[in-house]
Amino acid sequence: MSQDADAIVIGAGIVGAACAHALACAGLDVLVLDDRRGGATAAGMGHLVAMDDNPAELDLSRHSLTLWREWSRQMAVDCAWHPCGTLWLAANAEEMDAAREKQDRLRASGVDCALITAQTLQGLEPALRAGLHGALQVPGDAVVYAPNAARWLLASQPQRIRILETSVLALEDHRVRTAMGATLQAPAVVLANGIHATQLCPELPIRPKKGHLLITDRYPGTVHHQLVELGYVTSAHHSTGPSVAFNVQPRPTGQLLIGSSRQFDDTSSAVDADMLARMLERALSYLPGLADFNAIRSWTGLRAATPDSLPILGPHPSRPGLWLAVGHEGLGTTTAPASAQLLAAHITGCTPGIDPTPYLAQRFGALA
Amino acid sequence: MNASPTNASPTHIAIELNGTQHTVPAGITVVAALSLWANGVTRVSVLGEPRAAFCGMGICQECRVTVNGQRRLACQTVCLPGMVVHTTTPTKPGHSA
Repeated sequence: MSQDADAIVIGAGIVGAACAHALACAGLDVLVLDDRRGGATAAGMGHLVAMDDNPAELDLSRHSLTLWREWSRQMAVDCAWHPCGTLWLAANAEEMDAAREKQDRLRASGVDCALITAQTLQGLEPALRAGLHGALQVPGDAVVYAPNAARWLLASQPQRIRILETSVLALEDHRVRTAMGATLQAPAVVLANGIHATQLCPELPIRPKKGHLLITDRYPGTVHHQLVELGYVTSAHHSTGPSVAFNVQPRPTGQLLIGSSRQFDDTSSAVDADMLARMLERALSYLPGLADFNAIRSWTGLRAATPDSLPILGPHPSRPGLWLAVGHEGLGTTTAPASAQLLAAHITGCTPGIDPTPYLAQRFGALA
Repeated sequence: MNASPTNASPTHIAIELNGTQHTVPAGITVVAALSLWANGVTRVSVLGEPRAAFCGMGICQECRVTVNGQRRLACQTVCLPGMVVHTTTPTKPGHSA
């Protein structure tokens, strides 16, 4: 059959861009389709963070951070690479125990990190309220401006990556029908369009999890690391009801990006005043000085959440020629590089750098 | 004109601009004071370019300055005695301080 590319990637967010880049690196001609609706890449924080809720998540994020650090040496300046590290804040003795356990888990897998005392924390981040018990510092974490990083990846190999602006109406075996009336063919079709994936594959177990962010005017020097409360692990990840957690990022411009919130079953893009208020109250309880700062803008985005919070990476169980790179929830920017390497290894038949089993769609059944 | 000295508003007041004391006519805005004493520059953009008031009516946000520790629009803020005004600190892309 005649083919339009070796691989078609649907979605030009950070995951789709990384997949296109990895496939091009493997020598494939790649056609990327995107309808410019936007998704989590444009809405998120761009925090690159070693997450360790389970061994598979840690594997994927740790491996990805290594790749991000390699990319950072060539990345365009507008990707705003900022190796600020993360401080996981402990508000009480219980959270300090959690910090110690987190340190053990991260170190066991080779992630550099260290517990710091309350006094050291106060010296590193004097804007934080007094009375915190300490923190776990993870110096290898970083921040990137994900929309520009995606553009940089797509532009990195102009001979091998073409981009077409169109929406996709339907997927057939090895074929993609576009809104422009074309039917495009490739041996491999990669679905990497995040929250929009269920429109083309309704059988995927992906639910939107809404989040809010707010950005301030420029206040340089207020905060120096990405600051996340250790309560984040309990308040954000292990509950099904709406929740907020303190998460603040210093932007290179001196602005502060303030998160975070999580809500299921609300797919509107509208800012929810009550959730925003809860989120900001949480932020104020850690950084009281924020009360004097001006906000510039707040917005929302939808995370594509799977039942076990791990992405789906690999072949579709019942659709020939279709490969899945979706369901990254809030970690898509962090885990895009290793997700893409894993998927490219699947497609080209190479041995992947990490065990692919935990991310296979088959863990949710046949998905017929 | 026989205005009583005890009732009259002062014709000039003292404010502090970037650490220096200045006497400015009473009733003028901070942006007017900056144009008298600091070339009108209110802040420096992310790419290091000087910025000044553009619309003068509180819309364009180009004249953000720090007044008594809080970020304010210079064109919408009237000078008051003892006011402390700082034009914003320049930052470079890729630097957080």
